[in-house]
Amino acid sequence: MSKMQADTQITDVAEYALALGDDALVLGQRLCEWCADAPLLEEDIAIANVGLDYLGRARMLLQYAGETLGQSEDELAFLRDAPGFRNLLMVELPRGDFAFSQVRHYLLDEFESLFFAGLKQSSDPTLAGIAAKTDKEVRYHLRRSTQWMRRLAMGTQESHDRTQKALDELWGYVAEFFILTEIEERLLADNISVDRRNLEPQFKTSVGTLFDEIGLIQPSDDWKVVGGRLGQHTEHLGPMLGEMQFMQRTYPGLEW
Amino acid sequence: MSTLTKLYEVFVRGKRGLDHIHVGSLHAEDAEQALEYARETYIRRSEGASIWVVESRHIYASQESDVDSFYDPMDDKPYRHAANYTLPEGVENM
Repeated sequence: MSKMQADTQITDVAEYALALGDDALVLGQRLCEWCADAPLLEEDIAIANVGLDYLGRARMLLQYAGETLGQSEDELAFLRDAPGFRNLLMVELPRGDFAFSQVRHYLLDEFESLFFAGLKQSSDPTLAGIAAKTDKEVRYHLRRSTQWMRRLAMGTQESHDRTQKALDELWGYVAEFFILTEIEERLLADNISVDRRNLEPQFKTSVGTLFDEIGLIQPSDDWKVVGGRLGQHTEHLGPMLGEMQFMQRTYPGLEW
Repeated sequence: MSTLTKLYEVFVRGKRGLDHIHVGSLHAEDAEQALEYARETYIRRSEGASIWVVESRHIYASQESDVDSFYDPMDDKPYRHAANYTLPEGVENM
């Protein structure tokens, strides 16, 4: 590998870590929006706790990306504008009702359980290490969100209808889970990245099995929205960042 | 809070070999959810290695009114206690 190729690869790894960190940061923020607002006290604690799992993951990934990009985790989290974010679009959508938040979480958990199992095999030891830690968390998250899917879809008529509606609204954002960026394609060569295209059949089987069991109809694939990994975002990310970044923007360099 | 939730008592074992200790209670819709909530509420700082959840209604407890007949009679029977027994040398705890 030439010096130039090596330099490109170092930047690619940082961009890859940044994108994965952004997924965790943005979803963590969306989950924490339920804090003090969940349907019952115990769920309030649980959902905020899971949100904190994501913030922990975001910190590890943004620190790693920042080593190459020359920025601290805080600068990356709090001083970047929306077009600089590389998260999947699904995570930035407003939290919606409780069913919407849980269906989103379930779809992401099914995807992440496959993705991080793959990333554990990465030839990049830092990414593999983060993936090993994350994989354990994801298995718990999936257990939790699967329980909620059952409870909501098979609960009352209203909870069932809201769950189906959430699934219909979210399904078009699933396509993006399985689209590789150029950066990821380059990193495939050295077994650093996960080939997300290969995860789709297993994902569709897993979610389809659950949908059948709990009486949800898998929506058709006739629409999709993509572009988060390229910095093309929905109108919802900006306002969320406005709230999340307010303190550092107003008092630059503020510390705990 | 939903009227569908039930009250559960939570018992946590800190380490292998220790007993499960009652740590508190919580509301949940079923045992599986109670277990998840117990994890989130009571062991988030690595306090536990094992959790039991029991629906509170299954615990049959003695009442305050039982004190006279249950416990007070033990107080005047010192021969049941080991307090007067002289410990052999070398035994520190009994």
